[in-house]
Amino acid sequence: MTTETPIISVEHLDKFYGTFHALKDINISVNQGERVVICGPSGSGKSTLIRCFNGLENHNSGKLVIDGIEVFEGSKEMRNLRQELGMVFQQFNLFPHLTVLENLTIGPMKVRKISKSAAEETARMYLERVHIPEQADKYPAQLSGGQQQRVAIARSLCMESKIMLFDEPTSALDPEMINEVLDVMVELADTGMTMVCVTHEMGFARKVADTMVFMEAGSIVEVSPPETFFTNPKSERCRMFLDQILEH
Amino acid sequence: MLSFYKKLRWLDYVILVVLATFVGYIWFTIEGTLNYAWRWELIPNYILRWHTGREEWFANLLLQGLAATVRISIYASILALILGTILGVARCSANLTIRMLARTYLEFLRNIPPVVIVFIFFFFLSQQLIEALNLEAWSRSIARQENRGIWEFFFGNMRQFPSLVSGVIVLALFESAFVGEIVRAGIQSVGKGQREAARSIGMSHMQELRYIVLPQALKKVVPPMANQFITLIKDSSIISLISVQELTYKTVELVASTRLIFEAWITTAAFYFILCFGLSMLFRKLETKS
Repeated sequence: MTTETPIISVEHLDKFYGTFHALKDINISVNQGERVVICGPSGSGKSTLIRCFNGLENHNSGKLVIDGIEVFEGSKEMRNLRQELGMVFQQFNLFPHLTVLENLTIGPMKVRKISKSAAEETARMYLERVHIPEQADKYPAQLSGGQQQRVAIARSLCMESKIMLFDEPTSALDPEMINEVLDVMVELADTGMTMVCVTHEMGFARKVADTMVFMEAGSIVEVSPPETFFTNPKSERCRMFLDQILEH
Repeated sequence: MLSFYKKLRWLDYVILVVLATFVGYIWFTIEGTLNYAWRWELIPNYILRWHTGREEWFANLLLQGLAATVRISIYASILALILGTILGVARCSANLTIRMLARTYLEFLRNIPPVVIVFIFFFFLSQQLIEALNLEAWSRSIARQENRGIWEFFFGNMRQFPSLVSGVIVLALFESAFVGEIVRAGIQSVGKGQREAARSIGMSHMQELRYIVLPQALKKVVPPMANQFITLIKDSSIISLISVQELTYKTVELVASTRLIFEAWITTAAFYFILCFGLSMLFRKLETKS
């Protein structure tokens, strides 16, 4: 499945919030079709890193190349690049004043300048894909958290993105809704989509990840395939983290 | 109504009686010294009057003034909404220069008395504008036309069109500062996540503002905006100072020619009250409905 051209490549990336060193000398590359799961304790910089990928945060130094384009603050290509990067947020961030269908079509129509009918057709197809075609005309507030997150995933898919970024997509959900979202993500992984997920769902990680990344205090501590990551992690800190979250 | 009376306790009655006695006492003392002959019967004539020559009812001074006030308020509100939205957006701009300009404009308007502002805007802006656009001659030519009915419906007497325009401009510029602050509050109440989501699907700043932020912001500020509209109606009396012939100006005129000081001003107060209170009730009803 994976090829050798890295679609995301990060070299010596640093990020500061004032004097706080949020990301320290990050080096990582993601290949086309690769599924990367990033985990680590809260405050370790996972979300910051993934948000740097699509320019929601700007890095202070280092090199970040996505799909052959170098990303830096204020770069003109950033907007075009964002269309290739789907982002799913912890808090869904659906547009509350638009219906589900309008949430899905506004990007393709306004940004990609696709006709309304074509955009709606695509939108309905992706709603089918996330198993909620019947909710098209409702407003986000009328849906459950799990349904809202699936709409958010469909919204990103409607932009025909090459890469999907997930920033703790299940952390704000009630437990019984987590699986319906994870199922959609597993199905998406099966289509060969390049995915970078920040998540604590280790069952999901085991199922889909090609590469596991463990971060702590702004640094990448461990990068390994899931087999070794879960059974025999190299670093002591990573082992402790896994013990803690896999205990139950 | 019954439940309202039930809520009144004996202490409330005592307070009401004391108040009534006090007001009554003041009234009788004034009546003794004021020596004012009330002529309420003359007032209706200055609202609506029967034209004996043309055999029809026509709107006299006070009603003309009220109509002008309503027209000016509507046009000024629309203009203030547009200007205020631009100002509100500018106040939230990422660009420091734009933010500073908007802030400067706002602080000027906030810290100078309305009357002074009205004069400054009038002499420096709208007067020059009217001359530059040659509005005077244009409106006079319309006033001479035969079928000017539609013009008069929207703008009243066309001979006074230039003064109406400057009234609207002055009032709108003045109110735009406050509308701008309301819009800014609305924009800032839209969560950061909404902007991030908009950006993450590749929207430009303008698109983000137009399709995501502003629709939500403006929806949220409908109640304070309705209030501001009512404030604008009240503030419109200030522009009588620059000879815009609205309700207050007409009342001054009426008082000067008839000496119906109390009757005229009380009637005008009632007009303003009915207009503003009626609107505020209407807005409240609409608000609870939605």
